[in-house]
Amino acid sequence: MLKAVILIGGPQKGTRFRPLSLDIPKPLFPVAGLPLIQHHIEACILLKNLGEILLIGFYPSNQIEPFVNEMQRIYNITIKYLQEYTALGTAGGLFHFRDQIRCGNPDAFFVLNGDVCADFQLEYLYEFHNNNPNALVSMMYTEATKQQSLNFGCMVIDKKTNEVAHYVEKPCSYVSAYINCGIYVFSLDIFQTIGEVFSNKQSDLFKPDSSNGNREASHMQLENEILARLSGTGKFFGLHVDTWWSQLKTAGSAIYANRHYLELYKKAANRKFHSHGKGDEVLCTVIPDIYVDSTAIVDPSAVIGPNVSIGPGVVVGAGVRIQESIVLANAVIEDHSLVLHSIIGTQSRIGKWARVEGTPTDPDPNKPFAKMENLPLFNRDGRLNPSITILGCRVSVPSETILLNSIVLPNKELARSIKNEIIL
Amino acid sequence: MRALILVGGYGTRLRPLTLSRPKPLVEFANKPILLHQIEALVEAGVTEVILAVSYRAEQMEQELTIEATKLGIKIIFSHETEPLGTAGPLALAKEYLEQSDKPFFVLNSDIICEFPFKELAKFHETKGKEGTIVVTKVEEPSKYGVVVYDENRCVESFVEKPQEFISNKINAGLYILNPSVLQRIQLRPTSIEKEVFPGMAKDKQLCAFELEGFWMDVGQPKDFLTGMCLYLKFLRTKKPSLLYKGPGVVGNVLVDPTAKIGKNCQIGPNVTVGPGVTIEDGVCVKRSTILRDVKIRSNSWLESCIVGWRCSVGRWVRMEGITVLGEDVIVTDETYINGGQVLPHKNIVSSVPDPQIIM
Repeated sequence: MLKAVILIGGPQKGTRFRPLSLDIPKPLFPVAGLPLIQHHIEACILLKNLGEILLIGFYPSNQIEPFVNEMQRIYNITIKYLQEYTALGTAGGLFHFRDQIRCGNPDAFFVLNGDVCADFQLEYLYEFHNNNPNALVSMMYTEATKQQSLNFGCMVIDKKTNEVAHYVEKPCSYVSAYINCGIYVFSLDIFQTIGEVFSNKQSDLFKPDSSNGNREASHMQLENEILARLSGTGKFFGLHVDTWWSQLKTAGSAIYANRHYLELYKKAANRKFHSHGKGDEVLCTVIPDIYVDSTAIVDPSAVIGPNVSIGPGVVVGAGVRIQESIVLANAVIEDHSLVLHSIIGTQSRIGKWARVEGTPTDPDPNKPFAKMENLPLFNRDGRLNPSITILGCRVSVPSETILLNSIVLPNKELARSIKNEIIL
Repeated sequence: MRALILVGGYGTRLRPLTLSRPKPLVEFANKPILLHQIEALVEAGVTEVILAVSYRAEQMEQELTIEATKLGIKIIFSHETEPLGTAGPLALAKEYLEQSDKPFFVLNSDIICEFPFKELAKFHETKGKEGTIVVTKVEEPSKYGVVVYDENRCVESFVEKPQEFISNKINAGLYILNPSVLQRIQLRPTSIEKEVFPGMAKDKQLCAFELEGFWMDVGQPKDFLTGMCLYLKFLRTKKPSLLYKGPGVVGNVLVDPTAKIGKNCQIGPNVTVGPGVTIEDGVCVKRSTILRDVKIRSNSWLESCIVGWRCSVGRWVRMEGITVLGEDVIVTDETYINGGQVLPHKNIVSSVPDPQIIM
């Protein structure tokens, strides 16, 4: 029997995902029509012999429970949300809930970071893990550009044995272009290693010159404190993957992830996924790939795609054009409007002949291994970096205006055109 | 009666339109600017129009000769070999203007107004002076040269860009002059406003005729559009039957009968649509001039634009901020142009979010 753990973090995390994370926890933000971590669940249920999925994080349970119930109903598998009493770090959470994980004595358990988006081939990773009898942990790694690797966990791999010889999280100087994907499989014995780290930290607390003064011993980072320690011990292995992988850090990366998930699901016919509205009926002019929820109402004269997701209850008017965008639940886009490289928040309303446009921030397709560049909001001159346009929930955009490279926080009623601005 | 129209040079201020067509032939409210003037002159009894041009424009000569035949008048082209300013062309055309002792009209070619030439001629006759200039009221006289005159409409002086308020009347660029005025002008580059009129004012030989209604110098895109709005408003009060009445029309709109307008459009207020234009479904156009044979594809939105002849504007295009497209420009679907001045035959494939000249 196998288990899977998805680390979803908490409300203090995901600030770069604002304003979208202001009204929905980031792990539940819909990408390609499914909440972000439902893609993880979709990958997990493909595993033979999966006994249970555990979500670990520190969101209040009322924000996560409805989703968990929905997932249990859809996939007919035990899914639990384990809420940390405080942010415990990636390893701290696993250790805290070790009894839950060990319960039923699984052969191994997967750990997936909640904010990665990928073609999770978990069965393949599990096979790889079993090929190395000494392995405590096997992780997927991929390749980044030399410069971008500094933003990730970097590792040196012994090409003969696939052993991780060296691991360092977000180094200051170049170590390796191989980066951690945040997708692991662990043997249960890992808890001994984590337990040792925990005990060492706890005893450190009582030493007079403790350098670990105000951090609780129970707070542990998997990457810095466990993986770095396991590298070079012969118990830590890396599986190279060259399929699509990205992180969802900024709102801009949601559109990039949307495109790849849509593409992925088109290829994987075994996955239950609807890319069009009601059955086979022609919705409107479609430039694939798109996802339209079956409860959305789309005028037949609209033109949608490529890379568009339209959520439940959305109304799309006559002559509307939507491209490279995510339209969240119950938003209304009135006749003749154009939406490009934007995210439209729930219950937002866009008037007629409006133009809502952002600037794509996708990785440079001409650079091999380039990853999503999560630029800061402002550049060195203090100007807003051009990025996708984001409307928070219940924002209204008047007819005939243009909204360019801007971010609008929730519940705003705009009265004019806006370019390169953040509207609080 | 005769009239001299100061056409002048290349019309650089109205580029990129004037790169394809001489300025006097650019259609203002679906009629060449010059024809607005010539038709009004003909109505006032003018039978001979002298066009003072500083460059050879065969296209213009050809087209205007056809118009002249239609109107039953004679059009004479007076070519300057060097730019002669606003007075020199009168000296150059002396041989024509002196053929009778009747007064003649002089017009700057960029002016659009109600052209009350009959009333002007009558006023001039009553006053019995050598010349009469038309004056119009403006809101901000400090930007112009103002005309100061007494209660008998006798001009006293001209003041350039007055700092303190003296008068809100400015020279409207329309005059009626006796042939005797030609004695005051030498054949050299010279300004009628600065070198001829002040002398006439000194001699108490110049009167001011106050213009009723709208007035605009439409020599540059911004004023061209403002002038169009004023002209359409004038049509609404004086000749409402000329304005277009159809579904989706808002306010004062002029549409050539050969233009086609699709469903669910919003055209207006203040729009001129030229002959052979096709506007597809779901298009919104406001405060713009669409010249001959343009195609605007579905769901686009235009405000404050001049779209040149035979342009093709794609679907979901947004154009605003005094965007001027030269002849035969193609604007790709979904692009945004703000204040772009696009030279003829260009293909716009990506957005121009800030005002820019596209060579």
